[in-house]
Amino acid sequence: MTAPIRTLDDRIRPSDTPDSPLDTQEYFINMGPQHPATHGVLRLMLKLDGETIREVIPVLGYIHRGIEKMGEAMTYRQFVHLTDRIDYLSALVNNWVVARGVEVATGTETNDRIEYIRTIFAEIERIQSHMLWWGVLGMDLGAFTPFLYGFRDRETLTDIFEETIGCRLTMNYIQPGGVMHDLHPNFVKRTKAALAYSKSKLHEYEELLSGNVILQERTRDVGILSAEDAVALGVTGPPLRASGVAYDLRKVEPYGVYDRVDFRTAVGSVGDCWDRYWVRVEEMRQSIHIVEQLIDNIPEGKTMLMKPAKKIVIPEGVYYNQMETARGILGMVLVSDGTSDKPYRIHLRSPNFNNLWALDAMSRGGRLGDLVANVSSLDLVVPDIDR
Amino acid sequence: MSAAIVLLTLAERAAASLEVGIWGTAAWLAVAIVAAIGSMSLLGMALVLIERKVAARFQSRLGPMRVGPHGLFQTVADSIKLLIKEDIIPEQADRILFFLAPTFSLIATLLALVIVPVSPTLHLVDLNIGVVFFAAVSGFGVLGILLGGWSSNNKWSLLGAMRAGAQFISYELSLTLCLIVAVLFAGSLQLSEVVASQADGWWIWRGHVVTIVAFVVFIIASTAELNRPPFDLPEAESELTGGFHTEFSGLRFAFFFLAEFINMFVASALAATLFLGGWMPFQVGGWDTFNSVMAIIPGPIWFAGKVAVIIFISMWVRWTFPRLRVDQLMRLEWKFLLPIGIANVLIAAVIILSGLYFFPVGN
Repeated sequence: MTAPIRTLDDRIRPSDTPDSPLDTQEYFINMGPQHPATHGVLRLMLKLDGETIREVIPVLGYIHRGIEKMGEAMTYRQFVHLTDRIDYLSALVNNWVVARGVEVATGTETNDRIEYIRTIFAEIERIQSHMLWWGVLGMDLGAFTPFLYGFRDRETLTDIFEETIGCRLTMNYIQPGGVMHDLHPNFVKRTKAALAYSKSKLHEYEELLSGNVILQERTRDVGILSAEDAVALGVTGPPLRASGVAYDLRKVEPYGVYDRVDFRTAVGSVGDCWDRYWVRVEEMRQSIHIVEQLIDNIPEGKTMLMKPAKKIVIPEGVYYNQMETARGILGMVLVSDGTSDKPYRIHLRSPNFNNLWALDAMSRGGRLGDLVANVSSLDLVVPDIDR
Repeated sequence: MSAAIVLLTLAERAAASLEVGIWGTAAWLAVAIVAAIGSMSLLGMALVLIERKVAARFQSRLGPMRVGPHGLFQTVADSIKLLIKEDIIPEQADRILFFLAPTFSLIATLLALVIVPVSPTLHLVDLNIGVVFFAAVSGFGVLGILLGGWSSNNKWSLLGAMRAGAQFISYELSLTLCLIVAVLFAGSLQLSEVVASQADGWWIWRGHVVTIVAFVVFIIASTAELNRPPFDLPEAESELTGGFHTEFSGLRFAFFFLAEFINMFVASALAATLFLGGWMPFQVGGWDTFNSVMAIIPGPIWFAGKVAVIIFISMWVRWTFPRLRVDQLMRLEWKFLLPIGIANVLIAAVIILSGLYFFPVGN
């Protein structure tokens, strides 16, 4: 039995039911892999009728590095280094997914200090990721200034990473059994200062972009994604919450010390670009709030519980473990044969891959300008889509 | 056509004033053309540098700092770079139109530039239909952009060109309506007379609220005409990768770029001339001492100051606002600016016919 294979040729044909009184013809245009609004090597094939979008076909594979396959030839500690490179704006959460997966599988208990440090860093990273997204959204919508403001304010947070971790982007800090190094002596002071600064800057963001009538026009009722569609497409993270589904792993299946802090989940009501915008801005506030609760109470203790020289051998079985990155749920399936210190198979469920497919549902019938707003509001990181 | 008019006018004036015969006139004309091109390039480079420095201030950074003191010669270096770049013409492009497009853009700009009255003496061509001439040549500029998008044979460019066509034709209406308001008040199409009519007070003060509305609409519509953010849809970098000039590089791109910046100057100069009194100093009726102090400042400085303020506002808007969407842009024009413009012209006509002036208007 053979199934008919749909090729692109099937899709390239004039519209059967043109809803325009003009005699128009549809055409294809390639947005990417080199395009200013796709932020990387994402390629979108757009079927357009004039400026109206009929279909969006994402084409993947331009930055596929085979990270999952490479993982099969590495020990778990080595694989952590690769995970920095999948979603470079959530490097620490990526590390943490592997670390927690290994810890759960081997039955290792971590102490409070480790979990506090991990949670604080993950939240700081969420803030810096959202700051970058905020700037890039401004740039995509034609306002260049927010881009530089976002990057400027993000610097204060990456400086915190640099001080303790030594890296600004690819951290590989969270390791199975703990974290790489202990905190820098300046960490608490510096983080508090940076949070105070970020808070004041959030107010500036509201004034510069959120309240702007053009931004509101560009995002309100644009790219509406219903809650049903979002769930059906496997959309997670801020886009899912913007559609009205209050699903946040930090609340639903708390890991780290999220069950000990007080924070709220930002939820949208319409599911348009504006809701996705607002949810992220609100998440920055909530993340600041989380770190503020934790920063003064970091307990004492060891920061690495597994001896680095020791082989980590996971009992035979299939393990799944997931966490909330700045963009959605990152899951890791880990298959171990029980004999080797390397995984038999690793699969990552990356948030951007699933979120990307919502683009078509959001953008149909909109304008080209709306598509740019939609891409931006999904906050895609392309290396995470291809891995 | 209009180029011929300008050249003939130039030649006539030169021949009449210099009395050096036809060859002498030709020589002077050559000097004038070189001077015009030189001054235009200088103006363009200065504006680009100012734009970059202003943008840097808004974005809390320094801007160009390396070439010359405070990056003063950065745009000179950039211009040289653009001049010596490889001249790329896409294989599928329509070569003739591809060549003509940037030239048209630049010629339209040059033609608009010559009618700008900088001072009573520094006024290259004082056409008796100056305002109409401006409206005509600014419509000519869109032809370059349309041709540029069409001849590139690139879908992004074509989209940009189509956007440009729709946008410019729409906003031309509002722009012209605002020009009409100023002309109604001044009672002349000649720019020197428009300026002269504002000796007692600028039209923006004397035209009740009507001229203020006209001035604001003029600024908005001219920003759209100039294809500057938040109305930069024809090039919309993040949507169309560069719009109509995606395929242009080197000198041809420089032509478009130069045309855009000079156009900004021309539109600001027109706004200053029609509504802010051109090179006329700020005068208040009855305050003789104040008026005489103001009159000491020479006309060109008044003119430059007014233009600078308008250009600064334009840059301020550019580096603050996001871009509108195509349909929103059209809605703004057809549903808001155009009705306001038409009502404004009618009110202006009523005011002038019934003589309801705040200030005494000569004859």
